Amino acid sequence: MDSIEHAPVHVAGLRMSYGGRTVLDGIDLDVAAGEVVALLGPNGAGKTTTVEIVEGFRHRDAGDVAVLGVDPEHGDDAWRARIGVVLQSWRDHRRWRVRELLGQLADTYRPYASPGRPRPRDVDDLLARVGLSGAADQRMATLSGGQRRRLDVAVGLVGRPDLLILDEPTAGLDPVARREFHELVHEVVDRDGTTVLLTTHDLAEAETVADRILLLAGGRIVAAGSPAAVAREVAGPSEVRWSAGGARHVHSTHDPVAFTRELLAGGAVEDLEVVRATLEDAYLEIVRRHESDAHRDLEVTR
Amino acid sequence: MSTHLPRSAPTPRTWALRTGLRRGLTEFRHMLRSPEDLTWNVVIGIGILVYLVTQRDTIVPGTGGLTLPNLALPGILAATILFGMVMGPAFALSAEAEDGTVLRLRTMPRGTTTYTVGIVVGQVLGALPMLAILLVPWPFLLGDPMHQGPGGWVAVVGWLLLGTLAMLPVGIIGGALAGRPTRVMLFVLAPVVALAFVSGVFGPQTVPAWAAGVVQVFPLYWLAHGLRATSLPAGAEGLELGGAWHPEVAALVLVAWAVVGLVVAPLVLRRSTARQTASALARRVDALLGR
Repeated sequence: MDSIEHAPVHVAGLRMSYGGRTVLDGIDLDVAAGEVVALLGPNGAGKTTTVEIVEGFRHRDAGDVAVLGVDPEHGDDAWRARIGVVLQSWRDHRRWRVRELLGQLADTYRPYASPGRPRPRDVDDLLARVGLSGAADQRMATLSGGQRRRLDVAVGLVGRPDLLILDEPTAGLDPVARREFHELVHEVVDRDGTTVLLTTHDLAEAETVADRILLLAGGRIVAAGSPAAVAREVAGPSEVRWSAGGARHVHSTHDPVAFTRELLAGGAVEDLEVVRATLEDAYLEIVRRHESDAHRDLEVTR
Repeated sequence: MSTHLPRSAPTPRTWALRTGLRRGLTEFRHMLRSPEDLTWNVVIGIGILVYLVTQRDTIVPGTGGLTLPNLALPGILAATILFGMVMGPAFALSAEAEDGTVLRLRTMPRGTTTYTVGIVVGQVLGALPMLAILLVPWPFLLGDPMHQGPGGWVAVVGWLLLGTLAMLPVGIIGGALAGRPTRVMLFVLAPVVALAFVSGVFGPQTVPAWAAGVVQVFPLYWLAHGLRATSLPAGAEGLELGGAWHPEVAALVLVAWAVVGLVVAPLVLRRSTARQTASALARRVDALLGR
């Protein structure tokens, strides 16, 4: 219990609706210290609303939320200084040069340093780490979309946050930049013990970067756990295929290990194959189910 | 052997003021290096100067021999403050709410304070190039406009500062309420231009009778009045509404606008920055890109 209460992010029974439409319908979410949790879901599932409430930028209708032990609606500046936010930026600060902007934003963290946690990070080191050293003197207006995204990540990290929150961090990044980003996330988790909550609609990203996935659809968490557990939970049983005595067999089971052991003990088995439900199957299934639900709702209201 | 000996640690509030000041200086430096901004200042400023030089021998009737440039100078200065301190912050604030600047600062500790101080410092400094373009060549091209002696220049600076305090909060409130630049055109620029027209900015004789009462509610008339009371010679007050100098009324009206503005502007600004969320920004981007 204690660990939950002191978890960097604790959300229970979170509800939110806009104009009569329920956006969040009872979200429970805990992120432990040093954990990387991905909120995965299709567009419109409620991911951004959830992180905005956690960031303290949005008022909620109901539910308990504690972020670094504080209700985000009442977080002060010292609390804010411990949280890094990676926004999806668009075209702000067009006249600023990259190092100039990161330096100015870094400066706002200076009064919030503590002996164990020097704030802010060194700006040039950070620029090197996100691959922007060469662009340090460029104006923001001249950056490519991918370079802007890297800067967004640097801005989120510059205060050496205890908790890093990222909304669709790799949208618009090419595969190389995406991989570098994933390595960077792991590095800050390992070195600084930073806790990470990120949203993504990209399944492969959730699988690569997260310790735990929460699958969000229609304002609810429909599956939670390790990538493999989520796949099992949602997509159902695995298939075991084999042939014996010239005949093909297929068997569905929730426990392919036990089944296979028995099968092998039973005698001559050839071409044995265990096909696990993949997370991709699970995800597509959820999105499909959610969309047909939404479609049905629409039909009913007509 | 720590290389980062803690200097006397500033309080978070003092620090936010300092980062804001630095932000404003940086914005000003960007402005000085921006071809668009410089061109705007130079074209408008030199245009006004050229016009005044062509009119340097035009005596305005009923003024006891004052030339048009001498009579117009106070109004030109007042209009520079009006457009710089109202339109400047209103456009900056609405554009930066729309493009995500405000939101980005909101994710920083005391970032909204830093941002606001930055806007104020940047916009105030931003009015200086135009004032310099208008005033520095004046004594060489048009003679000494200060009919009450060189001490008048000090009073002129005082009036300009007071006018800035009265008008800058209006610009911040206008920008925060309008929310996006297109609405600033409609709800801030249009009324400001209308006010400048009816206030008789370039000479009191242009105030239409029906407007005389209305313009005396606003700081523009009184800023121009105060500047005229400071620079024009005795006798020129015959052209004022009421036919007399009232610098104390001018100062009171400007102070009243400043006090109300400095109370209201932070409240309005806080309300509008609180609406700046990532999903709101995403909706604006989607709308703009027609998605």
